[in-house]
Amino acid sequence: MSKAKDALMDPLFNNNPIALQILGICSALAVTNKMSTALTMSIAVILVISCSNAAISAIRNHIPNSVRIIVQMTIIATLVIIVDQMLKAYAYEMSKQLSVYVGLIITNCIIMGRAEAYATKNPVYESLMDGIGNGLGYALILLIVGFIRELFGSGSFFGLTILNPTNNDGWYVTNGLMLLAPSAFFLIGFIIWALRTWKPELQE
Amino acid sequence: MAHYFSIFFDSVFVDNIALTFFLGMCTFIAVSKKVNTAIMLGVAVVVVELITVPVNNILYNVLLKEGALAWAGFPELDLSFLGLITYISVIAAIVQILEMVLDKYFPALYNALGIFLPLLTVNCAILGASLFMVERDYNFGESTVYGIGVGVGFAIAISLLAGIREKIVYSDIPKGLQGVGMTFIVVGLMAMSFQAFSGLQF
Repeated sequence: MSKAKDALMDPLFNNNPIALQILGICSALAVTNKMSTALTMSIAVILVISCSNAAISAIRNHIPNSVRIIVQMTIIATLVIIVDQMLKAYAYEMSKQLSVYVGLIITNCIIMGRAEAYATKNPVYESLMDGIGNGLGYALILLIVGFIRELFGSGSFFGLTILNPTNNDGWYVTNGLMLLAPSAFFLIGFIIWALRTWKPELQE
Repeated sequence: MAHYFSIFFDSVFVDNIALTFFLGMCTFIAVSKKVNTAIMLGVAVVVVELITVPVNNILYNVLLKEGALAWAGFPELDLSFLGLITYISVIAAIVQILEMVLDKYFPALYNALGIFLPLLTVNCAILGASLFMVERDYNFGESTVYGIGVGVGFAIAISLLAGIREKIVYSDIPKGLQGVGMTFIVVGLMAMSFQAFSGLQF
């Protein structure tokens, strides 16, 4: 039982997939200029990674070693297609905003990495927990970055105005840089810095 | 001709796949410690993009697009939901074939590329290029030019970053920021400088 708990909790801080394993940054940065897109993306990734980890772990003793990558790829791609179609059916506007980044969950290295490193060697329940844990670790960073970018970039939170911007007769001068690509890099860089100052054993 | 040049220029500089769309970031950060390996990886990306984007373009237009199967007697069939799984399989297969061909005929290049070649299957820049190609509805010629452009853009960006990282080793950086943290901030600055290209039009 404690192994499952470790698998769930470890990826949040001690072994965060984005800040420490440096996996899955690709799709993480582009969708974080608003909280709503960041949250949708997080949910999608948590769904895909937990299902794929459980599925791959369930058939781990039946996959021949030489074709395992392509089997994993097929499972992941199928799950991503399901998520993509669900989004198109129930949240069409959101799926337009996320554009290609939903499809790119397939090549999100966290999912492939966890399948390869954990699910192929561990039983279903632990793998499921590991998947959820890593998904949550990913979501944590995404939501932090999304929160900062939306708050300072457009003065809002989930579209609700918090700091009234000047173009709306308010007082807050929005920081345009926060909405542009580079700010995401700076923020992740600073998060890594903060995390490594807090836990010095993680330094390189 | 000018139209093709504009697609090429856009994909190399204005819409640089690594620095504006954040694709291929894992490889971008992991393999940029030395200039030589970075250039090698860049070459591999150009080759793979050059093949996969046009091939996926043909598959999309001939098999998957709505009404594309009219020649087989299914005019209403829309298979575009199978797109993702098709593209990723094509990419995996092409990378595998490329690996075998290089191993047989260009062993020196094969050895130099080493582990990077199989890893390109899971590089988001490769799949991303195919997805953008579909989203922007490019035809065969445009998608070929786009494939080359994306590859060249990635190669330029990763070589530049590797150059900076080779020098930055000598700097005195705070402990927690050393390594990955600093790399992120450098990439952020590079992305800012690449934004200077946006607004250029041909």
